[in-house]
Amino acid sequence: MRVHTKRTLPVVAVASLAAPTSVWADWTMNMSPGVTGTSNQIFSLHMTILWICVAIGVVVFGVMFWSIIAHRKSKGHKPANFHENTVVEILWTIIPLAILVAMAIPATATLIDMYDTSEAEVDIKVTGYQWRWQYEYINEDFGFFSSLATPRDQIENRQAKGENYLLEVDKPMKVPVGKKVRLLLTANDVIHSWWVPALGVKKDAIPGFINETWTRIDEPGIYRGQCTELCGKDHGFMPVVVEAVPQEEYDQWVAEQREAAEQERLLTEKDWTMDELMERGEQVYASACASCHQSDGSGSPPAFPALKGSAVATEDRAAHIDIVVNGVSGTAMQAFGSQLSEVELGAVITYERNAWGNNTGEMVTPQDIVDYLSE
Amino acid sequence: MSAVAESHSQEHHHGPASGITRWLLTTNHKDIGTMYLIFSFAMFLLGGSMAMVIRAELFQPGLQIVQPEFFNQMTTMHGLIMVFGAVMPAFVGLANWMLPLMIGAPDMALPRMNNWSFWLLPCAFLILVSTLFMQGGAPNFGWTFYAPLSTTYGPPSTTFFIFAIHIMGVSSIMGAINVIATILNLRAPGMTLMKMPLFVWTWLITAFLLIAVMPVLAGVVTMMLMDINFGTSFFDASGGGDPVLFQHVFWFFGHPEVYIMILPAFGVISHIVSTFSRKPLFGYASMVYAVGAIALLSFVVWAHHMFTVGIPLTGQLFFMYATMLIAVPTGVKVFNWVATMFRGSLTFEAPMLFAVAFIILFTIGGFSGLMLAIAPADFQYHDTYFVVAHFHYVLVPGAIFGIFAAAYYWLPKWTGHMYDEILAKTHFWLSFVGMNLAFFPMHFLGLAGMPRRIPDYALQFADFNMVSSIGAFLFGATQLLFLFIVVKCVRGGEKAPAKPWEGAEGLEWTVPSPAPYHTFSTPPEVK
Amino acid sequence: MAQEQSYYVPEQSKWPIVATVGLGVTLYGVASIMVNGKQGESTTGAWVMFFIGALIMAYMLFGWFGSVIRESRAGLYSAQMDRSFRWGMGWFIFSEIMFFAAFFGALFYVRVFVVPWLGGEGDKGTTNMLWEGFQASWPLVNNPNPEAYPGPKEVIGPWGLPLINTILLVSSSFTVTVAHHALKAGQRQKLKLWLGATIVLALVFLTLQAQEYVHAYKDLDLTLQSGIYGSTFFMLTGFHGAHVMLGSLMLIVMFVRVSKGHFTGDNHFGFEASAWYWHFVDVVWLGLFVFVYII
Repeated sequence: MRVHTKRTLPVVAVASLAAPTSVWADWTMNMSPGVTGTSNQIFSLHMTILWICVAIGVVVFGVMFWSIIAHRKSKGHKPANFHENTVVEILWTIIPLAILVAMAIPATATLIDMYDTSEAEVDIKVTGYQWRWQYEYINEDFGFFSSLATPRDQIENRQAKGENYLLEVDKPMKVPVGKKVRLLLTANDVIHSWWVPALGVKKDAIPGFINETWTRIDEPGIYRGQCTELCGKDHGFMPVVVEAVPQEEYDQWVAEQREAAEQERLLTEKDWTMDELMERGEQVYASACASCHQSDGSGSPPAFPALKGSAVATEDRAAHIDIVVNGVSGTAMQAFGSQLSEVELGAVITYERNAWGNNTGEMVTPQDIVDYLSE
Repeated sequence: MSAVAESHSQEHHHGPASGITRWLLTTNHKDIGTMYLIFSFAMFLLGGSMAMVIRAELFQPGLQIVQPEFFNQMTTMHGLIMVFGAVMPAFVGLANWMLPLMIGAPDMALPRMNNWSFWLLPCAFLILVSTLFMQGGAPNFGWTFYAPLSTTYGPPSTTFFIFAIHIMGVSSIMGAINVIATILNLRAPGMTLMKMPLFVWTWLITAFLLIAVMPVLAGVVTMMLMDINFGTSFFDASGGGDPVLFQHVFWFFGHPEVYIMILPAFGVISHIVSTFSRKPLFGYASMVYAVGAIALLSFVVWAHHMFTVGIPLTGQLFFMYATMLIAVPTGVKVFNWVATMFRGSLTFEAPMLFAVAFIILFTIGGFSGLMLAIAPADFQYHDTYFVVAHFHYVLVPGAIFGIFAAAYYWLPKWTGHMYDEILAKTHFWLSFVGMNLAFFPMHFLGLAGMPRRIPDYALQFADFNMVSSIGAFLFGATQLLFLFIVVKCVRGGEKAPAKPWEGAEGLEWTVPSPAPYHTFSTPPEVK
Repeated sequence: MAQEQSYYVPEQSKWPIVATVGLGVTLYGVASIMVNGKQGESTTGAWVMFFIGALIMAYMLFGWFGSVIRESRAGLYSAQMDRSFRWGMGWFIFSEIMFFAAFFGALFYVRVFVVPWLGGEGDKGTTNMLWEGFQASWPLVNNPNPEAYPGPKEVIGPWGLPLINTILLVSSSFTVTVAHHALKAGQRQKLKLWLGATIVLALVFLTLQAQEYVHAYKDLDLTLQSGIYGSTFFMLTGFHGAHVMLGSLMLIVMFVRVSKGHFTGDNHFGFEASAWYWHFVDVVWLGLFVFVYII
């Protein structure tokens, strides 16, 4: 679970504005070859076509600059009068065509390989949400959300920016090295696109449809990417982080995750106190709600109404639960029933009804949610 | 109208009406052309100032100036205004001014409809810009307005945006019909199709593309309208629709649209290169065929904008091959231009400077286009700054430089004065430097992994973004100089002869400068 | 008309600007009706705006076409001008065809790709794991999410009203052609008779189409909201119906003009344009009948 709600004083560094360029100095100009077979094939295609373009450019611009320098009127050059040559026309149609055919062959081979999702050993369903990713290990019975971990204070320049600014998440997707991993991509609301440059994988996550793709990472490491399809307000703030670990570590992690998922189910039945719910609720609110309704509940009307002092969060309790669980169709308010556990739903609703001066004193326990859902 | 009572034969001899009615009620192709050009430049400045907001926000990492909601409105409106408000109307303005002069026609074929086409544009953009002040803000889903971000998740102003697009579509279609009717029906006797100036040819083909695809755009926004307001499910899988359907229909319009924005510039550049090389255009016929081939291919390549949406493999391969093919006719055009310059007698007045920059920089945009056509590589480039760099390289030094080149080339004909050459060259060099500084680093940013349409970015992208912003500010500020040059030229300056350019050819140079209010009331003979 | 007659360039005209204001006000009104309605706000002002805009448009149509007709009858239009009108109308109809192409394209794409994918067939069949229990079929009666989009009970078969409508429209294409021949031969009575018959066929078509819609909405639950079948069905037939209405209006205007003694055997482009438009509407219907109703 995320622990990123700690507030560093703004004093720490207003420095980001003044930060010298040298701190960032990174003049990377080219694509990286990446760490997978696919990304390497793409890289070599990229370099081949780039050099072909450079070669053609040198020839064409060479002739052009030759004319610009040598055939100027100011040098007294008299114009020739030729304006047609069928042989030349045919040549400069055929030669580019031949180059293109030569280029199409490796491109086709790579593409066929990229489309072959068969014989995968791990299946992960990746769902894009506004604005975070959900990873479900469909054969292992667990899943989790992965949200931006960069603190708001860094984004709003109240704090120095960290090394992985905007490219860090609370919980990365873990995969074993050397195994073919199949990704089933879809989205819950709008179209997103899942991209990790080092893997050479980019595929759109389309609501209502599943796109398949795959990757096999041979080197352990942490690989970072971002959503690449405009998906609304926080499109720039939903990174993708993939951690490739050795098989044993992966197996252990899977076991832990399954255990934690089991624990979460048990938690539903536990007796919760107000304080526990509020504490849990604040965490859930920060990761699921704050990006629209703001951490102080003030929202940004009209698209994202305020919760602080609002009728929804202070009056009819059942209506509040309904809105959070089922969303409001035709608006940006999603149905969180499918995204959050009963514990998280109860906690966050309790939090909303008691934070920022919404002192209703009412508790919504996980059991209340279970009862509501079974109605 | 009372006009009926008057004899038509007298009409060709009176001058313009005075006051505002001249512009509101005009049927004169030159007046309408002027209005299109002024409107286009106003939109260029408006869209440009939005670009300045975008670049200011991206000057440094972190959120400084605007919030992400507003940033998205800026990118969306910048794109829409530049495409539909700046580039397209500029070319229609050039067509209005020059087509009748180039083919020896008295006016456009349908003069009143011509005026309607123009006045619909300010109307459409008034509606579009008014969305900025509506509840929930302006459209914020990018100029490509992909569903369902633009339907279920769009702001209330989306409905107004849709109707604004409809009005622009009506304007474009009527404008294009007028162009086709003029070219096919009003050519001077003796001007056969293969004797037409290339600007006329490229506009004929552009007009065909416009009539073919603007209705498709109208269709797709109508589907959006229905999904938003009447509960249809075109773009919603729950009802059996598909968000990707939107993209297919949109790009069926969108790809020909990008050629609509470049083909007339091809025509302009062909004239200018030949004029300032003092040598006939090399390979006229192959130029015409190449434009035709590009136009036809543009209908079967749309899905290369969608390589990552998960098109089945066979489709992916088809669209990759078809897209690569476009490089062939485009290459032919570039080779022909270079061959025209080769062994000419070259001078470098402002139009030629812009034309040469056009050829070089558009070719660079073409190269990155070829790279993007390679589907597997596109998986890395798609929706990154590499794409932003690519289309700005074809649109800024392509379409926009083409328009500047045309403006300097024909300003003496329009105003009767020569423009200030030194200022114009300054305008060129500052634009050239600013443009490359702004857009070349974007290639690096994209390759290094920066997605497009983000208001904030990771630290490794900081340096190039700063360079890019500085270049953008330089380019933006420079355009005010253009305004100054044009105003200065309109108000006075050296008198321009009927044919101010030594190497120029064509009917437009046979009439005095400035061109009289009515020209070619009796068609000229073309040998 | 003599070939050497110079091309008619009209004087200043107020109609374009009136048309701009009219169209702008109308559409702003329509958009406001939709947006305010959706947000539960009052739409009265928006309706007023819409009606004002529509009145301006009507005024413009009468005025603009009126002046064109007067100019034409005053003999101001040369043969060259006539060709401009022909190119104009021809390309306008082409643009209309492309508008319908967008909707036909959507229909084909949905039927050939989307619905099978959702149902678990083809390249993207994995998608079906999101829609458990959904089976692909066409006409699509059970939608992937029947709660959000309750499907129709039944759809409209081709061999009832649609077949009658097909016969009506195809015959009307014949009658309008007969009327055209009569006009060219200068047989005014015959012209009026066959043009009148065309209009009657058109109006009967529209009445039957309206009946079909009422039946669909009331008895079959086939509505715009009943999923992609309803969406494509109503958008295609609806836009076609709107074009039939426009075409009928054009024919009625032609009938009035014929009654007033307008047109001659070799100068009647207004009539021809309406006839072209009518044939276009007819051809689109044949496409609809085949692809929407039969297949």
